[in-house]
Amino acid sequence: MAEAASLSTASHEPGSPWVGQSIPRVEDAALLTGRGRFIDDIGVRPGTLHAAILRSPHAHADIVSIDSSAAKRAPGVFAVLNGEDVKALTASLVVGVKAPVECWPIAVGRVRYVGEPVAIVVAADRYLAEDGADLIEVQYRVRPAVVDPLAALNLDAPVLHDGFAGNVASDRTFRYGDPEQAFASAAHRISLDIRYPRNSCTPIETYGVVADYDPSDDAYDVLANFQGPFSIHAVLSRALRVAGNRLRLRTPPDSGGSFGVKQGVFPYIVLIAAAARAVGRPVKWIEDRLEHLAASVSATNRATTLSAAVEDNGRVLALDWDQVEDCGAHLRAPEPATLYRMHGNLTGAYDIRHLAVRNRVVVTNKTPTGLNRGFGGPQVYFALERLVQRIAVELGLDPLDVIMRNLIPADGFPYRTASGALLDSGNYQEAIKRGVNEGGLAELKSRRDAARAQGRLYGIGYTAVVEPSVSNMGYITTVLTPADRRKAGPKNGAQATATVAIDPLGSVTVHVASVPQGQGHRTVLSQVVADVFGLTPADIRVNTEMDTARDAWSIASGNYASRFAPAVAGTAKLAAGRLSERMARVAASQLNTEIDDIAFAGGSVRSKRNPDNKVSFSRVAALSHWSPGALPDGIGQTIRETVFWSPPELTAPDEEDHINSSLCHGFIFDFCGVEVDRTTLQTRIDRYVTMHDCGTILHPGMVDGQIRGGFAQAVGAALYEEYAYGSDGSFLTGTFADYLLPTVAEVPDPAILHMQTPSPFTPLGSKGVGEGNCMSTPVCIANAVADALGLKDVELPLVPAKLAQIVRGDEPMPAKGRAIEETAKRGGDRHLRGKGEAVVGAPAERVWAMLLDPETLQAVIPGCQNVEKISDTHFRADVTIGIGPMKGRYRADVKLSDLDPPHAVTLGGSAEGALGFGGGEGRITLVPTGNGGTAIRYVYEAAIGGKVASIGGRLLDGAARVIIGQFFASLARKVGGNPDAQSLPSLLSRALRLFGGHR
Amino acid sequence: MSRLQAGRRHSVRFSLNGKPCTGEAEPRLLLTDFLRHQLAATGTHVGCEHGVCGACTVSIDGKPARACLTLAVQIDGCELRTVESIAPSPDRLGILQSAFKRNHALQCGFCTAGILMSLDCFLRAHPRPDEESIRDLLCGHLCRCTGYTPIVRAAIEAAAELVDHGKEKTDA
Amino acid sequence: MKAAAFDYVRAEHLDEALDVLGREGSDARIIAGGQSLMAMLNMRLAKPRTLIDIMRLPELARIESKGGTITIGAGVRQASLQEWPELGRDLQLAALALPWTGHAQTRSRGTVCGSIAHADPSAELPLVLQALAGEVHLRSAKRRRRVAANDFFVGMMATTRADEEMIEAVSFPAVHKRSAFREVARRHGDFAIVACAAVATANGVRLAVGGVADVPTARDFPDLDGSALDDALNGFAYSLDARDDVHATARYRRDLVRMIGRDLMREVLQ
Repeated sequence: MAEAASLSTASHEPGSPWVGQSIPRVEDAALLTGRGRFIDDIGVRPGTLHAAILRSPHAHADIVSIDSSAAKRAPGVFAVLNGEDVKALTASLVVGVKAPVECWPIAVGRVRYVGEPVAIVVAADRYLAEDGADLIEVQYRVRPAVVDPLAALNLDAPVLHDGFAGNVASDRTFRYGDPEQAFASAAHRISLDIRYPRNSCTPIETYGVVADYDPSDDAYDVLANFQGPFSIHAVLSRALRVAGNRLRLRTPPDSGGSFGVKQGVFPYIVLIAAAARAVGRPVKWIEDRLEHLAASVSATNRATTLSAAVEDNGRVLALDWDQVEDCGAHLRAPEPATLYRMHGNLTGAYDIRHLAVRNRVVVTNKTPTGLNRGFGGPQVYFALERLVQRIAVELGLDPLDVIMRNLIPADGFPYRTASGALLDSGNYQEAIKRGVNEGGLAELKSRRDAARAQGRLYGIGYTAVVEPSVSNMGYITTVLTPADRRKAGPKNGAQATATVAIDPLGSVTVHVASVPQGQGHRTVLSQVVADVFGLTPADIRVNTEMDTARDAWSIASGNYASRFAPAVAGTAKLAAGRLSERMARVAASQLNTEIDDIAFAGGSVRSKRNPDNKVSFSRVAALSHWSPGALPDGIGQTIRETVFWSPPELTAPDEEDHINSSLCHGFIFDFCGVEVDRTTLQTRIDRYVTMHDCGTILHPGMVDGQIRGGFAQAVGAALYEEYAYGSDGSFLTGTFADYLLPTVAEVPDPAILHMQTPSPFTPLGSKGVGEGNCMSTPVCIANAVADALGLKDVELPLVPAKLAQIVRGDEPMPAKGRAIEETAKRGGDRHLRGKGEAVVGAPAERVWAMLLDPETLQAVIPGCQNVEKISDTHFRADVTIGIGPMKGRYRADVKLSDLDPPHAVTLGGSAEGALGFGGGEGRITLVPTGNGGTAIRYVYEAAIGGKVASIGGRLLDGAARVIIGQFFASLARKVGGNPDAQSLPSLLSRALRLFGGHR
Repeated sequence: MSRLQAGRRHSVRFSLNGKPCTGEAEPRLLLTDFLRHQLAATGTHVGCEHGVCGACTVSIDGKPARACLTLAVQIDGCELRTVESIAPSPDRLGILQSAFKRNHALQCGFCTAGILMSLDCFLRAHPRPDEESIRDLLCGHLCRCTGYTPIVRAAIEAAAELVDHGKEKTDA
Repeated sequence: MKAAAFDYVRAEHLDEALDVLGREGSDARIIAGGQSLMAMLNMRLAKPRTLIDIMRLPELARIESKGGTITIGAGVRQASLQEWPELGRDLQLAALALPWTGHAQTRSRGTVCGSIAHADPSAELPLVLQALAGEVHLRSAKRRRRVAANDFFVGMMATTRADEEMIEAVSFPAVHKRSAFREVARRHGDFAIVACAAVATANGVRLAVGGVADVPTARDFPDLDGSALDDALNGFAYSLDARDDVHATARYRRDLVRMIGRDLMREVLQ
């Protein structure tokens, strides 16, 4: 029977296992009292310096020059490093495909995304470091940018790296079964084009690195809130040009969330370590939120065309995937893993034997991608489960019937998918049946019908998802051809480690290399090990800090791919079990009984037959410390046991590109009801049901916590969150007021249901559970909205404004006599457009003369200094532009063209400063008014980028109007006539009245 | 009038968690940095430094406030309380903290201090809040781990328990 | 993300603040609650040479109700106004709008006048001032003047306040007619995509809209209905010159003005 996991602390029956109980977390007391030890809470060595990073405002540009001289002279600044300086101390990060490209953690000669590091300032504190960064002058030569993955494929697209053919880093095709035959014979071919957006799970704690270099030992010591995988340690050692044993990488005891994202701190480990080496002092860097949003890491966006060969009854015979994966500006390790993580699971929960795949990986002028909760799953399932819904609509079937018709049969496990995944266990039909009944689908349908009867926009969506966990470290090599793989040697497995140690007083310490980021690993391990030793969780102390110089670890160590419960916790059980087996022999000899009669319970080791015949656990446990000679022969020691565990099922990809990409496969069935408000077009989740089978549940409260947390992030991905870029590569969502994380008001409470089908492949029978809702929920909500609105194409996030045309059709026209302004912009067009008119009491000739006079311009442009006349029609100047409290200095370059004296002139130019850059063009026409005055009419089009576009995009249009208004007001003032307020458009009239009338 | 010059440190006197406290701060030093790096009160966390995420929320004169939108020099003479103050003793949790623990209302714990301080201020001022007002208050906080439901549940439980006890803090 | 260096002046008398402002002009900024300014300082969008803290001036911390006018000093925090006992009776519109102004954690520090001085086109309090045709009390070392809300806001974050002036107070007429307020944002507490305020007038409704034009904009409507009302609202919606941004399109904004405007007018005319 499915049970809602209880959150309340279960009372523990003596003798019953701790595993499976929602015991209170050992982590909580410190975190609730302000005694957590996050990276920025831990003290540093005396003399530690602080870094700030100057970042590119441009999406794509050559660096012409970097002048750091003023920054180096600034108070408290110790050093400024640019790309060349870092390059001299390091080597390129390795790139995951075979191509002659380099990947540096800082721009070398060229910037390729907004936010790319350009220089590091090291100073006595962060404030001074940022002061220094403000003083660095960088000259850029802007290149055209490409942000769209399909546009990046075009032959005439700007090319980011000469080493990639076009912008394609990888292009592989795969064929499993006989897809051509299946498509030829099927009654229907149903296709869908999908765009999955960029988003990120954005932990509330940002990245942090403290690095030190010891020249006497040529060794680095780095503390970072890195989360793994520790395969990255090899990348770091190579980049820092030291042997692996000379890079000590440590993690702090607590980490403020990661969800994959903190894998992406690794390029900064190289940067900060290089800076520490350069200055000869420890250097600390804590990323700020603007840096994090613009340039930490993002999930991939993906363009997918997915087709299915379908029979009349909805049975799918074959799938044809065409995926174009956008990894941003650099292919950073472990990318293109996002694309291949799901390679064994491209048929989802369905029994589909024929499969064609084309996978292309492209680079674009956006932030490089990396790990993010769900990792490839959201992208794949959005396409697959949208297609299932479309199949139902196009064939007039019930979507749930189409799901049911295609499921892997319940007696089919373990089930080998067409592309090679071995699905360990499950009963999908049963899970759906329970979900439908216990989740109240019938009632939800009644709600929908009632709502629709009232004219409301209500829909129901479904998804069925297989959630992979415990990644095969070899899946990424599927990107290589079999020939290349043969050359590189096989890569596979998922080596987990755990150490259980006994101290001289017989108490138990557990260490794992799982690097938790808030999940509660310490609590669960205390349960697992307590059960083995017959102790209580409070008796077990768990240490999850990681230190590559001391701890047992492997490339697979870390906190990713939902590997804790299935792999790490199970390995801890094995390690404890090995000690307990030996202790049982010790106890058997002490209690004069045989090993089979020994039980660990209640803090004792005792005879099962005669429970009074017992010895305390600590006494048996500590014997190895105090009297090794008293141990029975062949025991060795009982002090410490480290187990390395890698499941044999995780083999390398074969010659036909079959890959068992993950060890475990949970199952999720979701359905939901949503309503789209007719006025606001906001999507409200009325009810959400999520049914999970994640194998054996170790801690019900934590499992539900993972589900709720993933669900909340998925609601964000579905409705609110997108890393938005303009067509010029400008980054548009640089603050938490632009990149919108859902709050308590936006996240409903999902109904969570469980079924437990243990995994036969893991020591505890458990599977991963943390990522599933990031895969299932976005598409479930999208399916429901598609149902509500009758949509074929659904684009996430479901920004209400995007639905206006769909729901309402054409907009009412403005009243007669008012021209329709074409303000609707296509996606990514960020041009600011405007026009206006100012009337001055001076003849056109006089206005004309002033427009062409640098001195007048200097007087007219607010805050204008140092006008330099390059030619009669070309000027350069420094200008100070202010909007409200925002004030910045810019270098401006202005050219006049299309001169038609004294009637019209085109003013084009650009400006660049610390807050960003802009460029634009305006046509000014002078029309005599008949009473000796002149009407100055202007139209302009401008684009603004850089910092101000990232953090103030909402305000740019208005800001442009204020600035341009200032210019004409000032011109009018200079001309000497009184501007005629009556004839001006609303804002400008008032601006002119103000500026013209009052100074 | 006092003019505190840029680039120099100036004395700031205030009450921190019920005890008089003196520190030195440049005018531009944020209260977050002042608390964490000068006064070693690292329980207050920094998540966004633009007032949205709520991780740095502290109590200033009894009202919840963003420490990242406050200068250290602005709190001269104020009563400041932080997460370090809300347990009745170092080895015991307060009612609100216990409710969080019981309800699994935290995972990574990074946003938790700010949420606790908002709720602590709120429950002192509003002893019998309804769920809607608790939710409205919590809108000012971002949590990436829990999905919020357990936080709301913990707050409701704590509010009820505080009324039952008829005092603000008690053993847990 | 740390502010550039500045001097900090803790004014103990209003004259001191005005004196510094008079001498330093646009290089000085008043800081009251700091809930808008501090983020801009942290991002280094603003780099004033001097900050003048006016929160120690008791004369600015008062709410006065006299002769049908409510005057709110520059030191009055949004939370204090929310707790003012007469608010629901005399300033119903502000009572409706304040819960939408940021969050409890920012209203506790942010001031009413600070929000108006900041003149964000999406902010609620400037909209309320415009809807109620309130006034801004400006003061410099040399003079005092009052500016009608409609003349005060001139553009995106641009006002008629001169560099040497500060807002000493804002005043609202006490309004006992029916008021209504509604806001649409991506999330609760975000900057408004559209915020609408409506107040019944002697012969119709005054409707004010924030978040669409560069300034909060009000228009008086006679008591219309049917297609006449539709046409009037449509004209108003187009007159606001709505723009696109990442959160909404111009068309969506106009839709909301038309639809919410109609709802609110109906609500206050009931």
